[in-house]
Amino acid sequence: MNAAVIIDRRRVLAGGGALIVSFSLGSALAQQQDAPQAAAPSPPGSLKTSPYLDAWIRIDADGVEVFTGKAELGQGFKTAFQQIAAEELDIAFESLKVTTADTRLTANEGYTAGSNSMKDSGTAIQNAAAQVRALLIAEAARRLGLSAESLRTADGAVIAPDGKRLSYGELVAVDMLHVQAQPDSKLKDPATFKVIGRPVPRVDIPAKVTGGEAYVQDMRLPGMLHARVVRPPSYGAELTECDTAAVGKLPGVVKVVRDGNFLAVVAEKEFQSIKAMNALAAAAKWKETARLPKQDDLVNVLTSLPSQDTTIFERSNAAVAAHRTIEATYTRPYQAHGSIGPSCAVAQFVDGAMTVWTHTQGVYPDRQGIAEMLRMPPANVRLIHVDGSGCYGHNGADDAAADAALIARALPGRPVRVHWTREQEHAWEPYGPAMVTKLKASLDGNGKIADWNFDVWSNTHSMRPGGAGSMLAAQHMAQPFAVPAPRPLPLPEGGGDRNAIPFYNFPNTRVVHHFISAMPLRISAMRALGAYHNVFSIESFIDELAILAGADPVEFRLKHLDDQRGRDVIEKAAQAFGWKPDQKPPPDRGYGFAFARYKNLAAYCAVASEVEVNRETGRPRLVRAAAAVDSGQVVNPDGLINQIEGAIVQSMSWTLYESVTFDDTRITSIDWQTYPILRFSSVPESIEVHIIDRPGQPFLGSGETGQGPAAASIANAVANATGKRLRNLPLTRKRIKEAIDA
Amino acid sequence: MMTLKVNGREHQVDAEADTPLLYVLRDDLKLNAAKYGCGLGQCGSCTVIVDGKAVLSCVVPMVLLEGKQVTTLEGLGTIAEPAPIQRAFMEEQAAQCGYCIPGMMMRAQALLQKNSKPTDEQIRAELEPHLCRCGTHMRILRAVHRAARLMDTADVSPAANGSAR
Repeated sequence: MNAAVIIDRRRVLAGGGALIVSFSLGSALAQQQDAPQAAAPSPPGSLKTSPYLDAWIRIDADGVEVFTGKAELGQGFKTAFQQIAAEELDIAFESLKVTTADTRLTANEGYTAGSNSMKDSGTAIQNAAAQVRALLIAEAARRLGLSAESLRTADGAVIAPDGKRLSYGELVAVDMLHVQAQPDSKLKDPATFKVIGRPVPRVDIPAKVTGGEAYVQDMRLPGMLHARVVRPPSYGAELTECDTAAVGKLPGVVKVVRDGNFLAVVAEKEFQSIKAMNALAAAAKWKETARLPKQDDLVNVLTSLPSQDTTIFERSNAAVAAHRTIEATYTRPYQAHGSIGPSCAVAQFVDGAMTVWTHTQGVYPDRQGIAEMLRMPPANVRLIHVDGSGCYGHNGADDAAADAALIARALPGRPVRVHWTREQEHAWEPYGPAMVTKLKASLDGNGKIADWNFDVWSNTHSMRPGGAGSMLAAQHMAQPFAVPAPRPLPLPEGGGDRNAIPFYNFPNTRVVHHFISAMPLRISAMRALGAYHNVFSIESFIDELAILAGADPVEFRLKHLDDQRGRDVIEKAAQAFGWKPDQKPPPDRGYGFAFARYKNLAAYCAVASEVEVNRETGRPRLVRAAAAVDSGQVVNPDGLINQIEGAIVQSMSWTLYESVTFDDTRITSIDWQTYPILRFSSVPESIEVHIIDRPGQPFLGSGETGQGPAAASIANAVANATGKRLRNLPLTRKRIKEAIDA
Repeated sequence: MMTLKVNGREHQVDAEADTPLLYVLRDDLKLNAAKYGCGLGQCGSCTVIVDGKAVLSCVVPMVLLEGKQVTTLEGLGTIAEPAPIQRAFMEEQAAQCGYCIPGMMMRAQALLQKNSKPTDEQIRAELEPHLCRCGTHMRILRAVHRAARLMDTADVSPAANGSAR
């Protein structure tokens, strides 16, 4: 190694402080890097856990490559990351390549979840890029014998005052970027941004609209086989009998795989595997147990299960007296992610090493689970993220990856592609948990909220892998892995209690989280977790209190909110919508408003909506919505708008139509007929999204910001249109009709 | 062996007569655009054009396709030379995950081939068989309107870089 370079790195990045330079030689693979040495304060974002600059940016003669441990799920952040790196490195956007989650190539960033990708990975890439640029300038200064201050960067090169250019590829030396990031970076002044803040078209869209290979579903490896799984008909069902001989003789069938209650068939061609799956399903005999709760009694079922109760927030001020008190119970059913493309994975087992291509949200945790299931060392298992159909949380992706790995192990050498059926995805995905909230609050003598009590009953909101027991294949094997004990997700982000603490200021507040560990249905993380129902409950109840106080809902909210950025999005959404305190909607229409700061610590979002209700049929229709969002520094405004538009439309579908159905044994909502979602005839006339940009402020993310506010805004508009308050999700035509007729 | 005409070319396909068109397109012809979404004709992801009409390829068996002309999204254009409908979806950034989009585009293409100036109502009605889970509907509608305008002016120069909207 070149000692002069090391001294430079110390000087450049540490400013004389305690920089640890790694001397490890050989391949600088992210997962092989030493644990970060104790140093405070730590660098920002995911640099905290993966501090080496070359875990994020690698430069060689061929160009500059950016790495992220997060998975592109259709949110478009691959493009946003490329913008961030281009900006801070001073290099053409088009010349960069971005590689996403891969256990051999990228940092371990856990799950792509919680609207955290911009905050974690975007921040890491921004700071790593700025520090890499500083190193390159320092190296150029050393070579040219000039001061770093006299040099500038442009278009992938350091440029001297006399015009001499040294490209980044020329400047970078072996291991030069294998150095730990420092806590502070010299970031660019947002006023000078050329790429950040621009609506750069998404890099993945051209292939997706021209039939390119864009998804794991589109992978075709040489010699690839097609597998289909035969899942049990219900939770806990046991395979008692299965004559596989006839299925094994069907055209194209290569193998029938049975391991306890895990049953699959592999064929040369895809439709052959489907025919064989149907034959195998017909041959399989199962013993089922009736163990599901009563669907129409979910409130009592959930609130009577044993719970672990925690008061998560308490504030009191005895000086404020309650005058009028109201209470209400709100419920949410189990709801499905409902990816349009059922889960899929490709796996290949060669020379004792397993490779799985998957649309999982967490390649590293999923690798751990698959390795445990196969009883293999994790180092021999590689997971590579490939785009899939939108997942909106923990859907069947990880299960399909485990299925593929288990089947591929039985056919060494041959790549095996597993694609779930629609019915399997609907029946077996882990749903967003059902929830119950009970609220009680009082107004004081001046029409302000005097006290606020909020109780939420919920399962955990993440049963993601980690261990093998989270995955269906491992649960169904002859030597099964037990489902791990569920745990509540810790605050401040929370799970069932995400956004349970009101963001408003009330003099007396008490919030209790009733964590239920029994899980009658298979559940896990669904976009926004508990925030969807908690915000729906809080923001509906705020409206009930505003009505009781005779106050305008927007003014009533502002009266209880100090946070300036929160006030700004409320005012922006109200203004964009044309909200007026004395407004009168047309007949059979209603206006609604809602606001939340996601997780009480991320992006701010307010949604105003207009809903029409057909009084004869009860059918609700979202006519239009106007939203305002503050997500900190905006990287790609069109991407942000796309996320919020999508959140409003998706949340509208959850809120008006969706619930998982079941009898005492089986899930009965197993396709789009039995689990109807939004169709074009119900798409609003317009959705406006207004961004409040905060240059230089931290990235706050956006993927899950709009779900809660959209739901409550629509519910409030339904109440405004009908004069009836609906507190049980979904607000179906039938329920609205019954409320009108009551 | 069966003969299937796809995107203007004849293919000899070794598939059983009951095989739905979708699997022949994906598995035998290695085409990506038509997607498996439900296999039940409920979601529209697998939509292709057969003799000018939008068809759900997951429920149409090969036996019904003898002598017919199949067009998939691949047959309309490429990244370098996108068809108006493809250009419109790029310009409107009308995708999130994008999985449902090829099917939507083929239904819209079939509509625009017979009605070059559809109303918003007609577009919505036409797209009713299609599901999108990301909530990209507003952009999809805008993209179809844009495609109609592009086809009308027959201006198919490549999309300008730099701005999505």
